[in-house]
Amino acid sequence: MNKRFASLLLALLLLALPVLGLVSCDDGVGDTVTLYVYNWGEYMSDGSEGTLDVNEMFEEWYYETYGVRVKVNYSTYSSNESMYAKLSSGSVHYDVVVPSDYMIERMIAEDMLAELNYENMPHIGNIHPDFFGPDAIYDYYDPDNKYAVPYMYGMIGIIYNTTMVEADDPSLGSWQLMWDERHTGNILQFNNSRDAFGTAQYFLGLDVNSSDEAEWRKALEKLKEQKHVLQGYVMDEIFNKMENGSAAIAAYYAGDFLAMYENNEDLEFFYPAEGTNLYVDAMCIPKTSRNKEIAEAYIDFMLTEAPAVANAEYTYYASPNTVVRENEEYIEYMNSIKEGGYELMYNTDTVWTSSYKNLGGEQLIMFNELWEELKSDIQVGLPIYIICAVILVILIGGGTFLGVRKKIRDRY
Amino acid sequence: MKFLSKCYIGLIFFLLYIPIVVLIVFSFNESGSLAEFSGFSFMWYEELFHDEEAFSALRNSLVLAVSSAAIATVLGTFGALGLHRMKRRYIKQPIMTLTNIPMMNPDIVTGVSMMLLFVAVATFLDTRDLFGFGTLLIAHVTFNLPYVILSVMPRFQQLDKSLSEAAQDLGCTPSKAFFKVELPEIIPGIVSGLMMSFTLSLDDFVISHFVSSPNFQTLPLYVYNQTAHNVKFSMYALSALIVAVILVILLVVNFAGSAADRKSRKGGRS
Repeated sequence: MNKRFASLLLALLLLALPVLGLVSCDDGVGDTVTLYVYNWGEYMSDGSEGTLDVNEMFEEWYYETYGVRVKVNYSTYSSNESMYAKLSSGSVHYDVVVPSDYMIERMIAEDMLAELNYENMPHIGNIHPDFFGPDAIYDYYDPDNKYAVPYMYGMIGIIYNTTMVEADDPSLGSWQLMWDERHTGNILQFNNSRDAFGTAQYFLGLDVNSSDEAEWRKALEKLKEQKHVLQGYVMDEIFNKMENGSAAIAAYYAGDFLAMYENNEDLEFFYPAEGTNLYVDAMCIPKTSRNKEIAEAYIDFMLTEAPAVANAEYTYYASPNTVVRENEEYIEYMNSIKEGGYELMYNTDTVWTSSYKNLGGEQLIMFNELWEELKSDIQVGLPIYIICAVILVILIGGGTFLGVRKKIRDRY
Repeated sequence: MKFLSKCYIGLIFFLLYIPIVVLIVFSFNESGSLAEFSGFSFMWYEELFHDEEAFSALRNSLVLAVSSAAIATVLGTFGALGLHRMKRRYIKQPIMTLTNIPMMNPDIVTGVSMMLLFVAVATFLDTRDLFGFGTLLIAHVTFNLPYVILSVMPRFQQLDKSLSEAAQDLGCTPSKAFFKVELPEIIPGIVSGLMMSFTLSLDDFVISHFVSSPNFQTLPLYVYNQTAHNVKFSMYALSALIVAVILVILLVVNFAGSAADRKSRKGGRS
């Protein structure tokens, strides 16, 4: 074999091989246990911009307390559904996941979550009694408190730009603002089926978990009615659109409002009087976990003061943890973002709320069909088809014309 | 007319590159908002360079791209050689079609089928740690292979058969003739195949999404998962850097390809 080529080949293979070794060394070095944590993106204090790195804190704390080295492998997902898909595919195994309420219900129903042993969680009492325990109001997703420990919660409200919406606007304080024709082209609606239907259901005073198709239809009609005043259906784009004033009104989560307010102080926020949605994200341990006790220690660690405050300050979402809520420094921090920021997040007893429950199979199909129906008759469709058809006709016509001309010329 | 055609080209390039330009410009924005450009700063780059997770993802991506491109290039070159030497048309054609299928297949189909295969293998072997670098490497080599074959194959077809025959007449063994005569001629194809697989592997999100594990996150996966809440501005910086890297690689590929062409043409004339 030619020497030069052989060495090239060898070099290529050698390039690949050490990598294999390097990678397989990464997990399970010596006595280190790896704890796999799967959380929402940007949902835990990670040490960026001078915040606390809570995972590193846990690793240190665990080593000091139990003498075992734990490495937290922290990875993130961007929706409940993608987390569920990953977990149920069986290709990966996580020790701690943080799904939202309706997804927890579904995972409990499908027997994917492990029962927690609260003896390993001495700080469970830090959770506010409204969220955990026998008198809890907001533990609808896990009424027996067997599987989930609340991590963060939030409420939907309406964000509006005070330079574009007058302070004496009669629609302020109500979902009516999202349907107001005077703000046509400046309103943003959720591009998330459950939340979008929620806005109409709360406005009409319907049950968000209704099993009656007629009620869902009513909400659909209301949403169709709203279509011509909307600028669009959006999710993350909402941050930029509200911050740079290209939209005036949007429904979104209270915590995210504070993040937007940091960049644009003209924004204001209210919880609609008709009622709104409250959701809870909670920490759970999947059945496939191999280190359940360490996972329980991890969940418990996140309930203690320093990490819990760090996480609440990092995410801006409301914490169900009393230690956080009563922390002076935290209250000051929330109020430094916006005057009355703390009140906005926690003084919400007067707001009527309800929560989304997991929809059963048939209901889910019906619901998805309704959502399709809403999104499908978007007006942009037809012109695009016409443009495509015209281009196609020109191409075919031009081609045949050239072909025919060439043939005629060739004949002579 | 000339002016019009220039305008047309300008417009097309403007539309193609404006999103990337916006991204790059705003990655230097001090205020971290798309609303206004408050000042030029490297702040987000600085934050990015302190983001260990992003860096380990970048390292993983590079390691994966280099190794999968290398393996795919070696396998693909020999594959193309075999296909080229095949005599019977009725076998050669179907095999060519078969190698092209993974390229035509939507990524999502490749991704899901790979995942199902690996899950099945994991159950069969009764192991729980199958997913990770290994599965990603297999998947990436799989989708890189047809591109390597596609770029090497035409080089073989351009090859003058009599050259190799002449070499053998002059005393080369068949293998020696391949390495001394044929291989130097097809090197540009191999290089462009290598570069192509490298960029494809670096870019890939869909297939990686299905076959990755938390032990080995690639950069596209990491960036995507950051978008659950408000996107970190250091991600803008990161994306800008990726664009720069891809641009450099493409330039290298093009220059390498055309330089080699010129060289071989010159050689042919003298």
